[in-house]
Amino acid sequence: MTQVSMTVNGKAVSGDAEGRTLLVQFLRETLNLTGTHVGCDTSQCGACVVHVNGKAVKSCAIFAAEVEGAEVTTIEGMANADGSLSKVQQAFQDHHGLQCGFCTPGMVMSATALLGENPNPSEAEIRAYLEGNICRCTGYHNIVKSIMAAAGQDTSKIAAE
Amino acid sequence: MYAFDIERPTTIADAAKALSGEAQALGGGQTLIPTLKARLADPGTLVSLSGISEMQGVCMSDAGEVCIGGGTTHATVAAEATAYPALAETASHIGDPAVRNRGTIGGSLANNDPSACYPAAALASGATIITNAREIAADDYFQGMFTTALDEGEIITEVRFPVPEKANYQKFVQPASRFALVGVYVAKYADGVRVAVTGASEEGVFRWTEAEAALTSNFSAEALDGLSVSADGMIGDLHGSADYRAHLVKVMTGRAVSAAA
Repeated sequence: MTQVSMTVNGKAVSGDAEGRTLLVQFLRETLNLTGTHVGCDTSQCGACVVHVNGKAVKSCAIFAAEVEGAEVTTIEGMANADGSLSKVQQAFQDHHGLQCGFCTPGMVMSATALLGENPNPSEAEIRAYLEGNICRCTGYHNIVKSIMAAAGQDTSKIAAE
Repeated sequence: MYAFDIERPTTIADAAKALSGEAQALGGGQTLIPTLKARLADPGTLVSLSGISEMQGVCMSDAGEVCIGGGTTHATVAAEATAYPALAETASHIGDPAVRNRGTIGGSLANNDPSACYPAAALASGATIITNAREIAADDYFQGMFTTALDEGEIITEVRFPVPEKANYQKFVQPASRFALVGVYVAKYADGVRVAVTGASEEGVFRWTEAEAALTSNFSAEALDGLSVSADGMIGDLHGSADYRAHLVKVMTGRAVSAAA
């Protein structure tokens, strides 16, 4: 066991981690931040996406020790300072961008990263960016619609399916 | 996962020292971590290369080659290797965005997955693989599926790509894994065309020399018309037969030439 320190959602945190402790385990089991989900545990599904130094990464495919000293943002850190939902979160609520909700934390984190890189993505760019986020309810349509809405786009342009 | 220790050196020299025993290097971990989870590896000690700043970034050499640090992520190559657009484009389609933020060029080349994209780019470009010990030409580097010229503990510190006149990579993705079922990288240099194929052969990435000769005299998809690819030694699995992969090699080569021309 070694001590690992990082900043999570703006707060300095530290805790014990083995070499093999994944970031997602550290977040969920040591910090009790269970909003980040483990779907596949084989880095396919994207339910565990968090931001490390502003970049979307799969927290099941990075060790806690590799994040030493980094800034981590999880779904718990997405809401605005006054507790209201972020633009992306609010759009997911408004456009029903979820069905069972299991993939939603990863979807919101990836969508937020996308809009950070590309504030006005096309529908095709949104779908391409979500390649590593799987919704097993297959509810992609409203997820894409939510992200278009969060980007301030006219969602009536998205094809009805 | 079996238990192991992690070391995080900040210099190549310290990493080489840490790797002199039984330790295993960890690049971006996008292949190695799933492998560890499946208990297919028991390294004892992992030496993470992600904290070594001298192994990161994209630059131009005095000889006009694009130089990429071994620890540079796919996302950084996609954004910064603008002097070699086909390479940047290739990097921008590896895995998915989160994987591209972690996976590294050195890790991909060291692993030499038979379906990976970078081995095709490096071989078709006649790249030079620079390690902490020596320089290895791409033609000598790839030695079969998951096998390379690297010695135990040797670290890829940099990869140098001569910039071609024209190049393109065409990947036919396996729809579930999104890895290349077959991928073909075509690069046209002043002294000839090089064609490297990934995903197809049981021997890993290889050069299709007949196509290279035909394309060197006539750089157009029609130049491939009389050629055929043997299915001998091609991978056959539930995603595609050996015959299908052999067929795809020619189709994807033609598409790459058309897109590059």
